[in-house]
Amino acid sequence: MDFRISADQRQLADGIRAMVQGRLPLDRLRAHEGAATVIGADEWAALGETGVFSLTLPEPDGIGLGMADAVVVFEELGRALVPGPLVGTFLAASAGLVEGAADGLVQVGVLSAGSDPILVEHLPDLAGLLVVSGFARGATARFLSTVPSAESATRILAPLDPLTPLWHLASLPAGEPVRDVGFRFVRDGSLLTAALQVGHAAETLDLAVAYAKERHQFGKPIGSFQAVKHICADMLVRSEVARSAVQAAACLADDPDVVASEAQLSGHTAEQVISRAVMGAKVLADEAALANARAAIQVHGGMGYTWEVPLHLHLKRSRLLATTFGTPAQLSAALSTLL
Amino acid sequence: MDLRYTPAEEQFRDELRTWLGTTLPTLPAAPAADNWPERRRFDSNWQRLLFEAGYAGVDWPSEGGGRGSSPIEQLIFKEECARADAPYVGVNFVGLLHAGPTIIAEGNPTQRERYLAPILRGEEVWCQGFSEPDAGSDLASLRTKAVRDGDEYVVTGSKIWTSHAEVADQCEILVRTGAEGNKGITWLIMPMDSPGIEIRPLRTIAGSTEFAELFLNDVRIPVANRVGEENDGWRVTMVTLSFERGTAFVGDLLESMGLLHSLRQLASRLDLMDDSGLERRIGHLGAAFDALWALTKRNVSEAAQTGIPGIGGSVFKLSFSEHAQALGDLAMEVLDRAALSGDPLLGADGVALGNEEQLHNWFKSINLTIAAGTSQVQRNIVAERILGLPRVR
Repeated sequence: MDFRISADQRQLADGIRAMVQGRLPLDRLRAHEGAATVIGADEWAALGETGVFSLTLPEPDGIGLGMADAVVVFEELGRALVPGPLVGTFLAASAGLVEGAADGLVQVGVLSAGSDPILVEHLPDLAGLLVVSGFARGATARFLSTVPSAESATRILAPLDPLTPLWHLASLPAGEPVRDVGFRFVRDGSLLTAALQVGHAAETLDLAVAYAKERHQFGKPIGSFQAVKHICADMLVRSEVARSAVQAAACLADDPDVVASEAQLSGHTAEQVISRAVMGAKVLADEAALANARAAIQVHGGMGYTWEVPLHLHLKRSRLLATTFGTPAQLSAALSTLL
Repeated sequence: MDLRYTPAEEQFRDELRTWLGTTLPTLPAAPAADNWPERRRFDSNWQRLLFEAGYAGVDWPSEGGGRGSSPIEQLIFKEECARADAPYVGVNFVGLLHAGPTIIAEGNPTQRERYLAPILRGEEVWCQGFSEPDAGSDLASLRTKAVRDGDEYVVTGSKIWTSHAEVADQCEILVRTGAEGNKGITWLIMPMDSPGIEIRPLRTIAGSTEFAELFLNDVRIPVANRVGEENDGWRVTMVTLSFERGTAFVGDLLESMGLLHSLRQLASRLDLMDDSGLERRIGHLGAAFDALWALTKRNVSEAAQTGIPGIGGSVFKLSFSEHAQALGDLAMEVLDRAALSGDPLLGADGVALGNEEQLHNWFKSINLTIAAGTSQVQRNIVAERILGLPRVR
């Protein structure tokens, strides 16, 4: 057993970070705040070229990696506030549902079945929409290859996340069932969403610590005061615990043998073992991202409450992600039956 | 990232599991919680069985007579022992987890020869005299004085939180031999039958008596019992801490997971699971304990590769202690009036409620944010040593 980030994974993360900093720096992203399209085709294709959507596809179409690698990559995307339907496009690519998804030539959205009101992200940019429901054995997925037009929907003029445009639909066509992938879609979609959240939690921690070191009051850096130190320490605890949960769940997704031995130990089915790990990871990652964004704003004081400082973007994106693939409240209630 | 154990690790687990399966049923019934002489006999017998089977000192290096197991094997050992409900280190945890490793690292050959084997064989029990009434989190301010008199130190002062002092043979004690602060401290081995030691038991809020205060009046300790140089005791103590491999709380964590499982079953029996708030709190604790088990594996993996568990120890303790307390609080709510009884009670269905165990755990959990570094001290450590925030006192 060696449950550390491997040298290859570290390198993968560094590569993604460098690519994102070069192609999708925050100031360039922020120039599109409030726009109907926040990420251009070129930038999306750059993500595709780097392998963001094809990581787990076997070679030569993809890179042949596992979910343990994918969560490392998505943590970096969360850190950098990369917008767009990252998770939906990854899932569509992983099942070969839409031509060009793996290469970042098209965008595919994902929505939970039965969500009300029906708010679809990035609607005009979507070449397809996945609708997933349930968890474990009961999970199902449907696919809309024709997405309702933006004209048929009402654009939300004040979306919570300035980098995630939203459209309100009165109803949603049922779409076609996608066989045999429901469990995997929910599993991987939850994991990747949780990984994005860990990225947000880690980034807001870094921003808070950096600010606590440079901001002086009463003649000292505010990070020398225990009241501030303890906020930062708690942020680290949350992000490390959540990251451990996400990475462990990803390892389970990759390794049926480990799942089988855990299942034997706990008397649960393999699907239950994975569901428990994935749902727990999503709960903790959602909470870490939200709590750390709030804590970082507190450490920044008044500046943290300004539009200019990007902490609100992390808070808002985390709030949005917490509503996908099950809320912490839904997931923790469901989890209680799997202990 | 790989959670898969190697074939050698799996073999270690299988052999241990087999041994536990045949050995545990032969143990006598566990003695009453506060019968320390009986508990010493029980725990020493267990230690002797471990020794004979080659499992004594799993976490000791082989040059100290231990098994020299890898951190991963140490994790497996603790996991299997906890799952099989085997006795924990018990009354000699100071000898096995602290004094022994210190003597291995810093003792001279005579001291290693004299003290190590009796710990591994379950023949000698150790206690610890570090904290003082006025030196807790600020341990380096300790004032128990040792004055050199020929071949002896004459020690005067008092110590507190000394576990199992009444049944201990030796005490690892920190004394002041020099200037104030951490540069004037010396590490000594104090035989507990030395004249001048008065032991006064302390009663905890759980009613238990594992702790004691020591009052030392001109206790004479041979200079030969000094481990390390005079005034170098602080460094000696810190060296011991570096032996921690990230497995310190494995038993407690698995116990908490078991208690949560029992609590969930109890809530179902009591028809409480239609309370969505309760469901969520139970599910949330399950997520947290699972995550902490994953964090343990990461810390141990880190220790296996680098020799130190990395940043994980304080992070783990901060999170675990808080969640263990939340579990205790939740159990009290679920048990409702049954939590008023420390005696075992039966439910309306005639099945035991397990109230006494949950109550005991609730008490225990309250100490988790205090013992072995308060959560406030742990947060300072995390903020200063991991996050690099400025240290200003």
